[in-house]
Amino acid sequence: MTYLFAAYVATWVIHIAYLGHLARSYARLKREIDELKRNR
Amino acid sequence: MKRAFPIFAVLTAGLLTYGLYGALIQAPTEQTMGDVQRIFYYHVPSAWTAFCLFFVNLAASIVYLVWRNPKADALALASAEVGVVFCTVVLVTGPIWARPVWGIWWTWDLRLTLTLVLWLIYVSYLMLRRFSSSGQTPMMAAVLAVLGALDVPLVYFSIWFFRTQHPQPVIGGGGSIDPRMLHVLLMNWLAFMCFATLVCWSRYRLEILRRQVEETQALESLLAAGSSR
Repeated sequence: MTYLFAAYVATWVIHIAYLGHLARSYARLKREIDELKRNR
Repeated sequence: MKRAFPIFAVLTAGLLTYGLYGALIQAPTEQTMGDVQRIFYYHVPSAWTAFCLFFVNLAASIVYLVWRNPKADALALASAEVGVVFCTVVLVTGPIWARPVWGIWWTWDLRLTLTLVLWLIYVSYLMLRRFSSSGQTPMMAAVLAVLGALDVPLVYFSIWFFRTQHPQPVIGGGGSIDPRMLHVLLMNWLAFMCFATLVCWSRYRLEILRRQVEETQALESLLAAGSSR
């Protein structure tokens, strides 16, 4: 049961880590867009 | 797609929940391996999803090589990145299953080694895209993607044509599977495919937006340099 739990948790940790990376990239890009708008 | 995205996301969350319920509760317990066999409901659909994403990467790379379409290039990048995530899941869940069943975490079996090589090829692809500053990077990456995709059928058919330690295919390879197990397996594959589509779409939109921002920044710099003269 420990191995089963470990495999399922590992799967979602990997996916959530990648989603977090995407969210951070979106936030960084949004900041850059706001900065571009301010400079105009 | 923008309007359909939230509906599709809710549907995907429902499918993933149903898939998890099926894997942990609905599917019967396998007689020899016991509960650890349930890892199969995440491991196999993740592998199939990764293969589909690498196929999308191949198709988009060919479109880019033929027509130099930047949107195809962005799709190739997005599908490779999400494909690597799913392939990582395969390489992590496989050894977790192998430890209690085989008694070892890893063996240099043909299927396992080819899967690791596949992961390394696409990680190299992403590193090329990330660190190369040459104007030819998308073209070099597309060529690498076409060559790298040759490993996908090798991984898939390695257990059909060679004797390996990896279990034999449960579908189409002469093996048999309980219909309830097959139902859970296919439901999880559908759920993972929907999830992969959502993530791939988000990554594609992010890439398109990033390129637009970079173009605007370059234009602004040029304008600033021109007005300072």
